[in-house]
Amino acid sequence: MIDIACIIATAAIAIASLLTLYRLARGPDVLDRILALDTLVINTIGLIVVIGLWFRTTMYFETALLFAMVGFVTTVALCKYLLRGNVIE
Amino acid sequence: MVIAEIVISLLILVGAFFLFVGSLGLAKLPDLMRRLHGPTKATTLGIGSMLIASMLYFWIVEGNPSIHELLITLFLFLTAPVTAQMIAKAYILHERREREVLPDTGRPVGWATLDAAEADQHSEPARTSSAE
Repeated sequence: MIDIACIIATAAIAIASLLTLYRLARGPDVLDRILALDTLVINTIGLIVVIGLWFRTTMYFETALLFAMVGFVTTVALCKYLLRGNVIE
Repeated sequence: MVIAEIVISLLILVGAFFLFVGSLGLAKLPDLMRRLHGPTKATTLGIGSMLIASMLYFWIVEGNPSIHELLITLFLFLTAPVTAQMIAKAYILHERREREVLPDTGRPVGWATLDAAEADQHSEPARTSSAE
């Protein structure tokens, strides 16, 4: 039963990533693209958690944690660059 | 054990649904302030329920409780508001139309994105003069 739920969840996350990629390609403003990248990272974390459940392994949680950290730092650095013209002052 | 599996499957499906809804909102809504709404729900509800599902699975079915999911949840719940606020601040600074419709703050200092804070006013030159 968990396997079927994992398959459905993977399909849903795949469609969600495609919608996010549409916004990344289309987005009229640079901030739309930053938001789309952030959402893509969130979708990737969800996918990693689902795959960890599917393969019955806890090995992937460090990857999810790393993705969360890198995604946060990327978004904040890009926003900081737009706000101040510099990442580290 | 069967009940636990049903609960875990439902939590996975709920998480996938919220991730999908967040991305749908990002693709469909008309402007950035409204688009900002969707992905934050995906972060908290979607990833949150998926991590609860994984925690229940490794605790009840496999029999070894793990703390990693709690770490990811804590980190995401701490960083999601910060990210959303940074994007909103950059948007207000970027978009001239948005500045005219901002309400008054009701204090001697204006909005934090546009004016320097009270404590910084004496120590740091205003943004408009430091921009060039």
